[in-house]
Amino acid sequence: MSLLTGRLAALRGIVVKEARHVLRDRQTLVILLLMPLVQVLLYGYAIRTDVRGIRTVIVDPTPDATTRGLASRFSASTRHQLVSVQPTTGTMARGFAAGTWRQAVVLPTDVSRRIARREALSVQVITDGSDPNAGNAMKAYAEAIIRRWYAESSGNAAENATPGITVESRMRFNPTMESANLFVPGLIALVVTIVSAMMTAVAITREKEMGTMEMLLVSPLRPSTIVLGKVVPYAVLGLINVGIVLAAAIVVFHVPVRGSMTLLLAMCLLYVITTLAIGIVISTAARTQRTAMLAALGGLLLPTIMLSGFIFPVDSLPAPLHAISAIVPARWFLVIVRGIMLKGSGISVLWQEMLVLSVLTVGLLAVGIRRLSVRLD
Amino acid sequence: MRILRHLVWKEFLQVFRDPATAVQIFIIPVLQLLILSNAATFDVPRAGLLVVDQDRSSVSARLIDRLDGSGRFSVVAVVPTEAGVEQAFLDREARAVLRIPRDFERDLARTQRATVLLSLDAEDGAAAGILQTAALQVIGDVSRALVPAGGSAITMRRGPPIDIRTSNWFNPTGNYKHFMVPGLLVSLTSIIGLLITAQNIVREKEIGTIEQLNVSPITRTQFLLGKLLPFWILAMIIFSLGMIVGVFVFGIPTQGSVPLVFLSAAIYLVVALGLGLLISTIARTQQQVMFIAFFVLLLFLLLSGIFTPLESAPGWAQAIAAVNPVKYFVWVMRTVLVRGGGIGDVWPTLAGLGIAGVAVMTLAVRQYDKRSA
Repeated sequence: MSLLTGRLAALRGIVVKEARHVLRDRQTLVILLLMPLVQVLLYGYAIRTDVRGIRTVIVDPTPDATTRGLASRFSASTRHQLVSVQPTTGTMARGFAAGTWRQAVVLPTDVSRRIARREALSVQVITDGSDPNAGNAMKAYAEAIIRRWYAESSGNAAENATPGITVESRMRFNPTMESANLFVPGLIALVVTIVSAMMTAVAITREKEMGTMEMLLVSPLRPSTIVLGKVVPYAVLGLINVGIVLAAAIVVFHVPVRGSMTLLLAMCLLYVITTLAIGIVISTAARTQRTAMLAALGGLLLPTIMLSGFIFPVDSLPAPLHAISAIVPARWFLVIVRGIMLKGSGISVLWQEMLVLSVLTVGLLAVGIRRLSVRLD
Repeated sequence: MRILRHLVWKEFLQVFRDPATAVQIFIIPVLQLLILSNAATFDVPRAGLLVVDQDRSSVSARLIDRLDGSGRFSVVAVVPTEAGVEQAFLDREARAVLRIPRDFERDLARTQRATVLLSLDAEDGAAAGILQTAALQVIGDVSRALVPAGGSAITMRRGPPIDIRTSNWFNPTGNYKHFMVPGLLVSLTSIIGLLITAQNIVREKEIGTIEQLNVSPITRTQFLLGKLLPFWILAMIIFSLGMIVGVFVFGIPTQGSVPLVFLSAAIYLVVALGLGLLISTIARTQQQVMFIAFFVLLLFLLLSGIFTPLESAPGWAQAIAAVNPVKYFVWVMRTVLVRGGGIGDVWPTLAGLGIAGVAVMTLAVRQYDKRSA
């Protein structure tokens, strides 16, 4: 019993020491607390995956009332930005190469006459396909506009709708496709990953670099107590960050939390611990702060963005990468957070993801603590 | 000049003395480029589709068949009622639900018009968008095939169908790597370059060796150039390695001039690393450096057009992006490599980057105070 209380006292000592370190450096603390907030506000609005503002040029050799109708449809479209209507293709190759043109609609001559005579009308749509996904979307938008314009100008639209099957599509769980709803869960993961993993990794390597770690290790404290004590203040900081980000998401962006708030917070806590464990693992491998920093930021930033489903759907990853993404904790966390916030899912649906995340966390912690006890070199 | 050479040499010795750092500097970017370039795809494989078919007609069967055969969807179940639909969504068993109403076939035959309802799981917005496009395409094809035949009862006075010929320039095969590899290369070079530069001076501050440099007769400009040059060389090496990987492993096109790409990289890296220096003159500890660097990098990367189209961002975000050097460099890379642009297309941007580089370096020199640092 006294052993346990002794160890608890030691732990408290380390926690207090580490908390003082954190609180003493006001500058870092302010950055730590404000940055996630600024980021959520920034990216909640700024990142959109849909395509807008497509710089479009219409090549129209014989402008008349009908083709002007097409031009006005393009300039009225929120997707397109009509750059110019010109009689020849002229500078087209240049415009595309320089990126000032993203799309060109090339009309044949005498459009009105052809329509009046019921001749076939052939329109060419050229799209900058250097971004394949955006390219396909741009192509589809232009085609839709042209079809509608043609239907109306050729009188096919007399019965107010084109015949055929109409698809009414709905986006479940995020009907307006708010980018905040899509990105906030990902941002929580990103911010927490980088902040907690980076903070811990650097805090521990710093003691190594400064030589103070040796002092701690020769003290009667157990290595696991030292690490635990160092980690607790950062866990608290990480949770505060989660709180700030969540509050901003709910208050500013009205991101829904359809599921249980308690479950959400519990999962955030679990994820904070996961990332702290990553930090510990990095710190056991790194001898200098530079190495730790490069590993934490250089090694985690892009994989967390790209392999977690933050921007690119996890399902679309090729098989080997899909396998790699399984060990990216952010991937599982993202499914959980999106599930709880947007779909109102509970444990019964998300237990697999939760289990994987827990296993990853325990594994990382085990590796971290084990490697740390193998004393310094 | 001789002083500068010594300073540069000193940095190289310091970097390569620590094998862990040296390995990281080159391995992290190359490895990530090799791995992550494959990640950047929006090709969603077959997604689970649940069909609520209240019509049970030959047309609805045909529609379901086509969707299943499109390679985009795999029909998990065809059910007659709404029961269980919600649960399938929640369990992620179905990512899309198609509802075919009663009398779908009859309506289509009589009025040539009918409506189906498509619900997509927008939990993952990007995937939902892709599935929507795919579904619209398949249903549109079925519709076009059906209506002239199925609607024979009514002969509408219709003009000949319009023929829209589409072509995707620059990337006709839709190879996502051609688009992403240049962007990722820029990201990785920027992350590593900015980090090692920014961390450097602060480290000297923390260990105290900066005092020794400060009392030496080295001028501020010499000092900062001595800090910039070695990392600029390292970053150029990283960039070159990345280009080699890009061209020979991923086969990214080199439509334009490769020397022009390297010239642009040389100019851009002065800006990126100059920012690193500026950060390190401001920050006091390596922890601070890391946070500021993280903030700046994330801002620059997410508002660069690498991952998402920048034209879609709201006006104020585009205003921020207007001072984002990463955005300009990515644009130059894609313009020259993928679209085959020449110096005539990119020189104003390069000039702008050059001015930014000089400005950032000047600012860093001014900010760096030998006495207080």
